[in-house]
Amino acid sequence: MTELTLAKAVNEGLRKAMEDNSKVLLMGEDIGKLGGVFRVTDGLQKDFGESRVIDSPLGESGIVGTAIGLAVRGYRTVVEIQFDGFVYPAFDQLVSQAAKQHSRSEGAITPAIVVRIPYGGGIGAVEHHSESPEAYFAHTAGLRVVSPSTPNDAYWMIRQAVTCDDPVIFLEPKVRYWDKGDVDEDAPPAGLHDAVVRRAGTDATLVAYGPSVKTCLKAAEAAQGEGRSVEVIDLRSISPLDVDTVAASVEKTGRLLIAHEAPVFGGMGAEIAARLTERCFYSLAAPPLRVGGYHTPYPPSRVEEEYLPNVDRLLDALDRAMDF
Amino acid sequence: MSDAHFVQLLTPEGERVSHPDYDLEITDDEARGLYRDMVVIRRLDVESTSLQRQGQLALWAPLLGQEAAQIGAGRALEADDFAFPGYREHGIAYCRGVPPASCLRVFRQVTHGGWDPYVYNLAEPSIVIGNNALNAVGYAMGLQRDGAENAVMVAIGDGAMSQGDVNESFVWAGVFQAPVVFLLQNNHWAISEPTERQSRIGLYHRAEGFGFPGVRVDGNDVFAMLAVMRAKLARAREGSGPTLVEAFTYRMGAHTTSDDPTRYRIDTEVEEWKLRDPIERLRAFLVRTGVADTAWTESIDAEADLLARSLREEVLAMKGPSPVSIFDHVYAEAHPLVDEERADMVALMGAQDAEALR
Repeated sequence: MTELTLAKAVNEGLRKAMEDNSKVLLMGEDIGKLGGVFRVTDGLQKDFGESRVIDSPLGESGIVGTAIGLAVRGYRTVVEIQFDGFVYPAFDQLVSQAAKQHSRSEGAITPAIVVRIPYGGGIGAVEHHSESPEAYFAHTAGLRVVSPSTPNDAYWMIRQAVTCDDPVIFLEPKVRYWDKGDVDEDAPPAGLHDAVVRRAGTDATLVAYGPSVKTCLKAAEAAQGEGRSVEVIDLRSISPLDVDTVAASVEKTGRLLIAHEAPVFGGMGAEIAARLTERCFYSLAAPPLRVGGYHTPYPPSRVEEEYLPNVDRLLDALDRAMDF
Repeated sequence: MSDAHFVQLLTPEGERVSHPDYDLEITDDEARGLYRDMVVIRRLDVESTSLQRQGQLALWAPLLGQEAAQIGAGRALEADDFAFPGYREHGIAYCRGVPPASCLRVFRQVTHGGWDPYVYNLAEPSIVIGNNALNAVGYAMGLQRDGAENAVMVAIGDGAMSQGDVNESFVWAGVFQAPVVFLLQNNHWAISEPTERQSRIGLYHRAEGFGFPGVRVDGNDVFAMLAVMRAKLARAREGSGPTLVEAFTYRMGAHTTSDDPTRYRIDTEVEEWKLRDPIERLRAFLVRTGVADTAWTESIDAEADLLARSLREEVLAMKGPSPVSIFDHVYAEAHPLVDEERADMVALMGAQDAEALR
């Protein structure tokens, strides 16, 4: 058991993945000497060399497109997209090639790449540095989308993503990069696509992933003070969804709230609400409610606290669910 | 064509000419082989167009006019080289040993692929223009890391030269000195748009700005294509980096069978290019030099007819896949949603299980 920040846990997970398999490469902008703008790849180029930790030219489509070609040749490249809002130039390669080459080749090609993206807001950044693009990727068959919320998950999930034969979008909650937590280097906490219950409760189920998990735990703590028992589920995996774990909780609590930083409209909350309504209709005492970003561009960071699913907004939604 | 950089070894009239930088040592058998290749792929191409017109294919992208560019490039590849085609590279697929009927599986829409890339060292066709250039450079970076002495070839066109992915692939290839040859078939038309709509300068000049050489070749001259591609692939294999080879050719047919080129180009242009036909010039050369006679060329025509007939029979026998097969290779590893939806379809179709529907 070692205490690490989430950023360092990803770093250690990558190091282990590279030690385990010489075909694992890293590629991205500024990931070598600089160690990445968040220092997630710090020291790896020094230890594994420039051939395995590649400082790439500045082009996101180039990064992902060449990583796919490396995969065709049998390499497993973990690429870093510097910030969420810069992944869109690579969208075509992800949707048209990464997601489809296995199917197109009738199983011959396994485009095993991991696309690491620091995502989400709350760090006082300028435009394009605080977005949550997960729904775009979850909508695409052929891609897997996951997001750790703790250092232990970050360490294990990056290792699991690297060994996965499918392309994995690995969303790192940048606002949690410097949060510390215990990492158990002996055994993984769960499978890559398993949801886990972070806090047990009986009155309502609060579902989140990535940066919103911590916010939800704070909200649950505050609700406890008001005499309400809230169960918090960390999805960990956005595609595929572990519907069973959420359904078991909702059948117990009868109320479902979903929180994410991405805009509510057409977001993951809609998919989760629809699936759980189908599965647990007779157990629900209130309609599922979503708390997330508004239908606006991500705002200037001076007002991001009002845009994000903060504790007040979560408690307000809890009130509405309880009073329904 | 007065450009000093224009490589030609066989004139449109079938005269062998020399070039200071590129020569081709070729046996009579090899010359006859190139002729045979071009006649066969043209015949199969014509048959495929007919099959589409008869409702047996969803679409066809004819290569008519580009036989020399594709056969010259395809025959320059070695077995362990790897190629990334576009959707018009039936001639390259043929050179890689892909059965012609497999090439038509996409166009009959029984699959989006067609063959196992690792059996033929040929990726599936990229329909999104330019995606394949980055994938090819990535593969070439893999070759570098393997220490393999092979090369990658990727087929792009004049339209693709405007795509960001192609330009990024030039950056990557140049910076990393990747062992890749960009086969740019400039067939003068990106559907309805002439090359002038893609570039103010000759396309091969672009390479210089990315830090590697570009060369323009008479794309209707199979000798020149073979000579230049052999040299550039060898250059890549020995670690001297990428090359852009512009095969200056012409799309004699429509973009695809859904296109009507009479709306955007004039007949006289097509007539001019007919005089530069890749097969006619090689036939003239072979007959005049006594390497082949009319009886032999007629025997090749007959052989091509037979291959076309068997292609037709194979295509007509090609059945559509089972609907449940759409779930087969979405992911390499298990995925609960795909399993759930497959089960939904099986239930909806009243079957015992997925196997019962195959």
